[in-house]
Amino acid sequence: MNKSVYASPDQVSETKRHILTVLVDNEPGVLARVIGMFSGRGYNIDSLNVAEVSNDENISRITIVTHGTSEVVSQIEKQLLRIVPVHSVTNLDQEGNSVEAEVALVYIYISETNKKKVYQLCDLYRARKIENENNTTIFEIAGASERVNRFIKEINEITKVEIVRSGPVAISSIQKNEEE
Amino acid sequence: MNNEITGAEIVLKSLAEQGVEVVFGYPGGAVLPIYDTLFKQNSIKHVLVRQEGGAIHAAEGYARSTGKTGVVLVTSGPGATNVVTGLTDAMMDSVPIVCITGQVPQHLIGSDAFQECDTTGITRPCTKHNYLVKDVNKLSSVFHEAFTIAQNGRPGPVLIDIPKDVQFASGTYEEKNKIIIPSHRLFEPSPDFEKNKIEEAVELISKAKKPIFYIGGGCINSGPKASTLVREFINMVGSPVTMTLMGLGVVGSSDKNSLGMLGMHGMYEANMAMHECDVMINIGARFDDRVTGRLDAFSPNSKKIHIDIDESNINKTINVDVPIIGDVKQVVEKMITVWKEKKFQIDDKALKLWWDKINKWKQVDCLNYNNEGKQIKPQYAVQRLYELTKNTKTFITTEVGQHQMWAAQFYKFEEPNRWLTSGGLGTMGYGFPAAIGAQVGHPDALVVDIAGDASILMNIQEMSTAVQYRLPVKIFILNNEYMGMVRQWQELLHGGRYSESYTDSLPDFVKLAESYKAVGLRAKTNDELDDVITQMIETKNTVIADIWVTKEENCFPMIQSGSAHNEMMLSKDQKQDKKSAEKGKILV
Repeated sequence: MNKSVYASPDQVSETKRHILTVLVDNEPGVLARVIGMFSGRGYNIDSLNVAEVSNDENISRITIVTHGTSEVVSQIEKQLLRIVPVHSVTNLDQEGNSVEAEVALVYIYISETNKKKVYQLCDLYRARKIENENNTTIFEIAGASERVNRFIKEINEITKVEIVRSGPVAISSIQKNEEE
Repeated sequence: MNNEITGAEIVLKSLAEQGVEVVFGYPGGAVLPIYDTLFKQNSIKHVLVRQEGGAIHAAEGYARSTGKTGVVLVTSGPGATNVVTGLTDAMMDSVPIVCITGQVPQHLIGSDAFQECDTTGITRPCTKHNYLVKDVNKLSSVFHEAFTIAQNGRPGPVLIDIPKDVQFASGTYEEKNKIIIPSHRLFEPSPDFEKNKIEEAVELISKAKKPIFYIGGGCINSGPKASTLVREFINMVGSPVTMTLMGLGVVGSSDKNSLGMLGMHGMYEANMAMHECDVMINIGARFDDRVTGRLDAFSPNSKKIHIDIDESNINKTINVDVPIIGDVKQVVEKMITVWKEKKFQIDDKALKLWWDKINKWKQVDCLNYNNEGKQIKPQYAVQRLYELTKNTKTFITTEVGQHQMWAAQFYKFEEPNRWLTSGGLGTMGYGFPAAIGAQVGHPDALVVDIAGDASILMNIQEMSTAVQYRLPVKIFILNNEYMGMVRQWQELLHGGRYSESYTDSLPDFVKLAESYKAVGLRAKTNDELDDVITQMIETKNTVIADIWVTKEENCFPMIQSGSAHNEMMLSKDQKQDKKSAEKGKILV
């Protein structure tokens, strides 16, 4: 709310991180419609994840992490619902119980001096070694974003790394049959 | 194989099944197969415009005056990019449009081919939905869905991009009733939708001491029955009512409850009543910034009811107390039922006090202007136009600017769908092609485009269209040689520096009309005005009436940008207020 040029400057509520799950028809241009709405109306996307989840119905699930006041996020939800191929929009933060996770692949430069420390840290965080040819070492770590953040921070203190992250995906942990 | 037809034939068959009578368009390489099919049939009429931008505004004018869906047919590349303004206009003002664009053959897509552009990419934010059809067998279902989406819920433009090879390919046609559109793709409220909210709203209205109805274009989009119901309900309540620019005509100007238009150039009494009301009933309006003025001072002490078909309009800029999502005619019909069932009665004494207060505001006579001298005042020109056309079935369109606001203030509308103007986008050049569209839809009616000298030049090429199809559209130019509204803002907010707002080298509009084999008329003084208007109405051809009005007239009353409803500027105190000028300068 108050995106108008006539808006009063006082903030209505505080800015918070929200995870939105958007179910869409898997048709050409649908992702452009969703992200175009964000850029066109000046909303934020912190991370974005898209994948087909149901083979028979041709439906994709888009997970968007955004931040904004509750008024802004509620406007985002309504604007998303106006998009024709959108089935539903769920704000997982309002659902209460939800589980989120993301995956990071970390390329770690290992030398004799730091090897022991690196392996200890990876063990501690249960990062899995997935590539070990020709002395390249790539680890995979999955879990909540904060956990991945902590791991990256600590490993950065030990050695140089390169990182790719998926951004979080999330699902409601409330039993579906209760709603129905 | 026997029942296979070409993609181009499927296009025409779909249009025919959808009841389309007329298409506004312009041919080009990538739509030639469709034009070839069009040539071989007689059921659908085609109106050839002179620039694609004219086609889409004509379709808008046709749609808004008839309540049907406007159809546009243009080619790829520049054909498609030229309709972008009109699509955005239709999006903002909720006009049902289906726009068909040709596209280069599929094997050339992405190769920067001649007249190729990413049409669906460009038009994605300015359409309700759009399609690139790659499979000829999906063409008919796409068309039927497109028409449904354009009309359903909050109407809007839908674009269908068809590669040339798909137009040539053979495929099967599916009939409208065989297409099932999944419910998530449409707006379909259940019958009991929002029942509790409706009861809550009606009770709130019954307890109001200072109610006001705030009516918007949604009431017109909901169909003529919605206007009848809205009038009936307002009469039952006895409440004052004000309308937005898009809502003019929902309640007649002569209705005893009507306070006229509200907003930036709205009536003083309407804005004051909005500011002081205790219950506001917004039906089909969206708290546009031209209406609300400064948000933190907008109607500070009222409970607000908001009826809108588009949920995203709820709490977008103004927080409301009772939101109701639904179609105006269904919701208002239920409101009337509830009002009757519960035998609600408004507090008559309070209502009388409220009307007394409003009648005092009316005495300010906010539209008052100085009509001395021989020179024609633009306000007077519109007043005379109204007086001389009020007994004829008349459609008024406008361009954008001062003349538009004077038309809204001084022309009195008694019925919906008679007033066509670009409200949301504010598109100069809208009015003339829209008038062409309205005239196509109503061949026997009088259609007048109230224009400014700057706006009319933006789509003047459509004179050729009007003359070709013998459309007796009247262009009524309030000619002050300025972009009047720009000049007014420069006067109020930019120290009177008229940067580029004077139009030098305007054409001689009478000769211009004659060069198109239309009729040109001119009025320079008050005593010529009535004759010119009468002659204009009686002429069976396209007419340009060039009305020379006083050059430096400003449009009042006015809420300056950044001001509130109770801070209106009247013509008598038209001097620059430095402080609000500085604040308002950064706003639009």
